[in-house]
Amino acid sequence: MKKHKGHFQNEQRTAAAWMFLAPAMSAIVLFFVVPVLSALLMSVTDFDIYALGNLKYVRFMGLQNYMRILDTPLFWTAMRNTMYFVVVGAPLSVALSLGAALMVNSKLTRFKPFFRTIYFLPVVTSLVAVAVVWRYLYHPGHGLLNHVLSWVGIAPVDWLGDPLFAMPAIIVMAVWKNFGYNMLIFIAGLQNIPEELFEASHLDGAGGWRQFWDITIPVLAPTTVFVVMITIIGYFQLFAEPYVMTEGGPMNATTSIVLMMYEQGFRWWNMGYAAAVAFVLFAVIVFFSVIQMLIQKRMQS
Amino acid sequence: MGNEGEMVRQLIPEFERRYPGIKVDVQQVPWTAAHEKLLTAFAGGSLPDVFQLGNTWLPEFTVLNALEPLDPYVRTSELTRPDDFFDGVLKTNILDSTLYGIPWYVDTRVVFYRKDVLRAAGFSQPPHTWAETLRLCEIIRQQASARGIKRYPFFLPTNEWVPAVAFGMQAGSSLLKDQNTRGDFSGPQFRKAFQLLASFYEKEYSPSGMQLITNLYNSFSEGLITMYITGPWNIGEFSRRIPDSLQSEWMTAPLPSMDTISPGISLPLGTSLVIFGKSKQKEAAWKFIEYLTSTEQSIKFYGITGSLPPRKSAWRDTSLSRNIYSRAFYEQLQRVEPLPHVAEWEQIVIKLQLYVEYIATRTMTVDEALRKFDAEVDQMLEKRRWLVENKRIR
Repeated sequence: MKKHKGHFQNEQRTAAAWMFLAPAMSAIVLFFVVPVLSALLMSVTDFDIYALGNLKYVRFMGLQNYMRILDTPLFWTAMRNTMYFVVVGAPLSVALSLGAALMVNSKLTRFKPFFRTIYFLPVVTSLVAVAVVWRYLYHPGHGLLNHVLSWVGIAPVDWLGDPLFAMPAIIVMAVWKNFGYNMLIFIAGLQNIPEELFEASHLDGAGGWRQFWDITIPVLAPTTVFVVMITIIGYFQLFAEPYVMTEGGPMNATTSIVLMMYEQGFRWWNMGYAAAVAFVLFAVIVFFSVIQMLIQKRMQS
Repeated sequence: MGNEGEMVRQLIPEFERRYPGIKVDVQQVPWTAAHEKLLTAFAGGSLPDVFQLGNTWLPEFTVLNALEPLDPYVRTSELTRPDDFFDGVLKTNILDSTLYGIPWYVDTRVVFYRKDVLRAAGFSQPPHTWAETLRLCEIIRQQASARGIKRYPFFLPTNEWVPAVAFGMQAGSSLLKDQNTRGDFSGPQFRKAFQLLASFYEKEYSPSGMQLITNLYNSFSEGLITMYITGPWNIGEFSRRIPDSLQSEWMTAPLPSMDTISPGISLPLGTSLVIFGKSKQKEAAWKFIEYLTSTEQSIKFYGITGSLPPRKSAWRDTSLSRNIYSRAFYEQLQRVEPLPHVAEWEQIVIKLQLYVEYIATRTMTVDEALRKFDAEVDQMLEKRRWLVENKRIR
């Protein structure tokens, strides 16, 4: 009897749990699972502007979209650009945000909330507004950057117009725009380090540098792993910066994977192809995340 | 769209007064977002009753079956007479012998040039052929280098496709071949055109990057550039931005030609007004198009925006016939040829810009660039090829 009652209670509990989960679950299914599955389906068709006009014109393509992507020179250009952005931009962003967090959190710093706010300000500022200002900074003729460089005798550079400099220019702007977010996470991590650790090590005669390497860095490791992971995933999805600053130019030097996908999908309406690009990017991100997790595991053991 | 989307509001009250039963709601869209927005609106089933389409976008929307054929409306209309429109412009709106759009304003490209610089080079008239143009460029460059300065006589921006396509049409290229299912850019005609274009960059008659000309109007006033191919909106800009001392020294001329017939072929750009095929108010929509494209209203619209009327009768109005700068446009409009009617056209020419950049910077030779470009175009047209081969479309 008792047993039966317990079973009944359990069942009731499960039902209640599902009821509580239902709103969130249905939102996830509706706005995540369904679109992802439709995109997957779309990626094996050639859904395009002709198909939009007449559904009879859709062809099943199997993996042909994927083969075509690997065969497209622009995809490899976009891949190279995106990797460039990730490999240079992500470490720069993490280092800068850690540095800023240490400075803002330092006991010597005054007006902490002020600095926290101004470093965070770019994160919440509209990218379009930021782009207008940065385009002006980068202007080859009247830009502040070239003006400053002219003091040390460097000839004007067409930052956004020269294929060699466009990506570095985008990286600098993107890092400046985004580092504040990671900085806040680092600050939270720093504030979790018990003060006693520093006091004890101080009594043992450890200097500031030693404390940084032996206390701050190890304690901050989980935070750093998290920050590096989300930064890399985020940076792989580079889109808005080149979209508003260069439209992928000059000579495709700033075309990223997502920008290419957007153009194929929403500009030329090659939805099947664009969906396939999305899944290729997904695979690339998964690949690098797994590698990162493996490295992390090895370091822990 | 853009500025004209704002300015057209001024013509609405008069329309609503004439047709009390019809109320017009204008939605303005910036040009840069218009193409995506219209396609998305179609996918969402929310296209407006009447909308404006860039001439090169028309084929996409006919592929979508989004447009109402306008022949029946025109047949019974008193205001809209097809023979009053410039031939090349009207043809742009006829696909498979069906009329889908009524030209609203035209935009073709002509040469803007500095009279004083040409005079100093011994040209009292702008050149009529490209051979003459190249000679003129050489004289201007030599005169400049004798004074120890750098001059770019003919500015051909590396991020524009229009000059390349106009050159190609002048050279007799059909641009696409096999019922518009393959690129014909590596064919001998277009190669000739691309070689001409490349020679401007090779001989440094035009800068081969965009970084030198940061302000077109300053560069033009300073004499850094002498000639530039552009559209009617720059009549207004030049009048405002060129210093007073130079106002009498700039002029417009039709495009030089590759043969002896002047002017050389240019493109019928500009926009048309179309009716959404699923509109519930087609009669009212037509009344509105009829009104906006009438001779009377297109003259008014020219007065407000400077957009050139597509109707020959409008050009007899003194505001146009007395404007010395629009004369070249009138001559040019007599010789414009429609572009290939394929939905992929916009995609093709955006890609063409990249190849113009490649030859300007000598990243590729002309032959290599055109071969690679044709391969890319063939891939873009793969679906169209399949549909044509299976007789689904023409």
